[in-house]
Amino acid sequence: MTTDMHAHSELHAQSLEHDAHVHHGHDDHDHHQSFVAKYVFSMDHKTISRQFLITAVIMACVAMLMSIVFRLQLAWPGEKFAFINAIMGDKWGKDGILDPNAYMSLVTIHGTIMVFMVLTGGLSGTFANLLIPYQIGARDMASGFLNMLSYWFFFLSSVTIIISLFVTDGAASGGWTVYPPLSALPQAMPGSGTGMTLWLIAMSFFIISSLLGGLNYIITIINMRTKGMKMTRMPLTIWAIFVTAILGVLSFPVLFSCALLLIFDRSFGTSFYLSDIFIGGHPLDQTGGSPILFEHLFWFLGHPEVYIIILPALGLTSEIISVNSRKPIFGYRAMITSILAIGFLSFIVWGHHMFLTGMNPFLGSVFVFTTLLIAIPSAVKAFNYITTLWKGNIQFTPQMLFACGLVSTFISGGVTGIILADSALDINIHDTYFVVAHFHIVMGVSAILGMLAGVYHWFPKLFLRHMNKTMGYLHFWITFICAYGVFFPMHFLGLAGVPRRYYQNTAFPMFDNLQDINVLITIFAIIAACGQLIFLFNFFYSIFRGPKSVQNPYNSNTLEWTTPMANTHGNWPGELPEVHRWPYDYSRPGEEADFIPQTVPLREGEEDGGGHHA
Amino acid sequence: MHYLIYFLLILAAAAIWQLVRVVELSSKLKGIDPNKVTESDNRLQGRIMLVFYFALMAFFVWQIMEYKDRLLPVSGSVHGAKIDWLMDINLIIVSIVFVVTNFLLFYMGFKYYGRDGQRATFVAHNNKLEMIWTGVPAVVLFVIIFLGIRLWNDTMSLPPKGTRMIEIYAQQFNFKARYSGKDNVLGKSNYLLINDNNELGLDSTDATGYDDFISPDTIFLPVDEEVDFEMRSRDVIHSAYFPHFRAQMNVVPGMQTYFHFNPRYTTEKMRELTGNKDFDYILLCNKICGVSHFNMQLKIVVGTRAEFDVWTKRHVPFYSGKTPPSATAQN
Repeated sequence: MTTDMHAHSELHAQSLEHDAHVHHGHDDHDHHQSFVAKYVFSMDHKTISRQFLITAVIMACVAMLMSIVFRLQLAWPGEKFAFINAIMGDKWGKDGILDPNAYMSLVTIHGTIMVFMVLTGGLSGTFANLLIPYQIGARDMASGFLNMLSYWFFFLSSVTIIISLFVTDGAASGGWTVYPPLSALPQAMPGSGTGMTLWLIAMSFFIISSLLGGLNYIITIINMRTKGMKMTRMPLTIWAIFVTAILGVLSFPVLFSCALLLIFDRSFGTSFYLSDIFIGGHPLDQTGGSPILFEHLFWFLGHPEVYIIILPALGLTSEIISVNSRKPIFGYRAMITSILAIGFLSFIVWGHHMFLTGMNPFLGSVFVFTTLLIAIPSAVKAFNYITTLWKGNIQFTPQMLFACGLVSTFISGGVTGIILADSALDINIHDTYFVVAHFHIVMGVSAILGMLAGVYHWFPKLFLRHMNKTMGYLHFWITFICAYGVFFPMHFLGLAGVPRRYYQNTAFPMFDNLQDINVLITIFAIIAACGQLIFLFNFFYSIFRGPKSVQNPYNSNTLEWTTPMANTHGNWPGELPEVHRWPYDYSRPGEEADFIPQTVPLREGEEDGGGHHA
Repeated sequence: MHYLIYFLLILAAAAIWQLVRVVELSSKLKGIDPNKVTESDNRLQGRIMLVFYFALMAFFVWQIMEYKDRLLPVSGSVHGAKIDWLMDINLIIVSIVFVVTNFLLFYMGFKYYGRDGQRATFVAHNNKLEMIWTGVPAVVLFVIIFLGIRLWNDTMSLPPKGTRMIEIYAQQFNFKARYSGKDNVLGKSNYLLINDNNELGLDSTDATGYDDFISPDTIFLPVDEEVDFEMRSRDVIHSAYFPHFRAQMNVVPGMQTYFHFNPRYTTEKMRELTGNKDFDYILLCNKICGVSHFNMQLKIVVGTRAEFDVWTKRHVPFYSGKTPPSATAQN
């Protein structure tokens, strides 16, 4: 009876098997699983999602703590802090003063953890796993086994990065972009020894995890949509995750080759990236390589990577803003087109990271052009969000505030990208704090706000309970105010010419009168970090003690809210739901309820998709 | 002192937690679900959004007023003045976008907060509006792209023939300058020749290098004369950043990179313009290069042609007193 409910594919058989399971024995199914199979090596998409989320929360805490340590150093260089000594120990924080090499490691690992472990693995891993099967109406991912491996490689990767903090010479310290020769030669800095080796191992695990996950996401979305779930009826969340996964599958292998060649250069004496180097009193044998090759390979991943980070956050936001405005997302088709356009363009803009590397200036002009084009679909998205709020009946749940916060920071950080993408202007602000301000706001803060919005919104699907609203409000405002407080002033540091990744600015009298800006930034950072304690408490407390949620707490249309509030293996106890309409029929005129779930058939003569023509 | 801070933090956390509990319990007593968003929540949050917007704008303006005099002073180079002009235009454009779109966002939150019994208006899309906000940014961006690429091409085009060549040699953690001497040709070099007595690895078989001299502590530039820097690194990637000249180029081992500009104010003049009698032009490293990255710099002095000639005479060529291999060089 379920045969007609699935898309045609070879996964068909497997899905049927799933159905069979559920029909015949879902009631006692969970009881047969051992603890290990259920909570550790689980193949259930919901458990894997929770595993990704909790790992990411822990990693985010580590990265945040690191940022506080180096912010203290930047605000009060030379000052002694018992706190720094307590965190960094006598070796890296002797007398409470941060060691310069440790500073380098901290900024490097902070970036690595945030970019890869939290905002790529954590964000995509949590919400792709949770929402793909739920929102397209599938019992699980195409391959539960690969999905499980994806998490465990991610776990290994995270553990390896943490271990690398404890090696004798310190963790990798050449910046998260690990440009060789600095990262290739232990003579160049201590962190380029064992620490860097571990970094490369961690990254390899991460890439494996990302590819296993990404392939799974793509296959599941293409093949396992339930009956009636046309591509043009998918929630934007799934569209965003879909394009993100494609970007990841196309770009992470390039990072892998990039890392592999670096491993060869470091360990086997090749010279892909090395040439004419005299270091530690000796000339190196390697000649003929080019560090610029590394930069090309790195940024060929590196730029799509920032969209891999932001697109899922935008996807979550689309859903949350629509639900809480009680209105359809404005310009559904335009939003899909924008996601596709951003995805495509993200592959032909990597050179804007390299205007000043010695790359041919003509190439620079080409990349200016392609990069600035991205502003168009981005602007469309921003305006569409704002127009979704227009004439809405906005329910300010905490997740709605986080989603609105994302739109704000996406705009505020996005506009400075227009300046950085302009190669002529980049000459003077390249690698200054202007860049730090830009990418933290547009990518870091926006994606974190999006991720937090997702956590608050889908907490009932993750843990069957609600998080506390009042703490959510507090958490949002502290985070949001401090995010602007931390990163806004950095633009001015950049315009004053302050380079990033400086241990302290005291070697230059021209930066002396900027110290109070650094103090202001650090104070905001400390308050922001304390604000996260509210979240951590709320999060862990609510997992166990939060009030139980009803099945569809926000009156949403999407399919995940048609499943019972239980961790049912296979998601729907009975048949898979059938989809009849797009997901954004909120406040449709002439209807009593202000929402119409996707499973409700179209009425006689009713047009699907809010008047969009297929 | 620190323990006091920790103590205060714990106290603050406890206070917040208690506050939350009180709110929760009181709503429980009233029989309301404490996590259900109510109309008064919506009204309050909508108002805070608008207040936040104005606070953000106030912060923005305050920063401009407070920090504007601490930004980089007027450009010391000719092309830098054009960059500053374009930067100002761009900053104005993006500031307008920032102020207006954020206003729209927060105002919508304030205006359309959820009221009981109210219904949202069903608006799914509007092609005309969407054309506007695709078209207008596109037009503005094309102007920005056009101006940007034009200036980029101007700045990065090859310098006029005969421009003075100066080599910037970067290593962990200092810069050195090598002047090309009378012939304006930098002699060849090879990293295999580097030793304690030949730190730049100069090649003694190249006659053009015999008038080159090295300045390890200063780059002296004559005012109003174009200068072309050829950059070379000994070990890792560095970046030669001249903030006051709006000039920057990475210094990459295994290859040469170039940047040229024309200094338009002498150091003296800049001291006058900035009102800072200690002002100095500076070259600093702007690409992470190791533990002392934060202290890798070289002083730059811009003087008159006469001062430059005097300064040049004080320096002796690296191969001073040795005979160049003229015969071999000419063959």
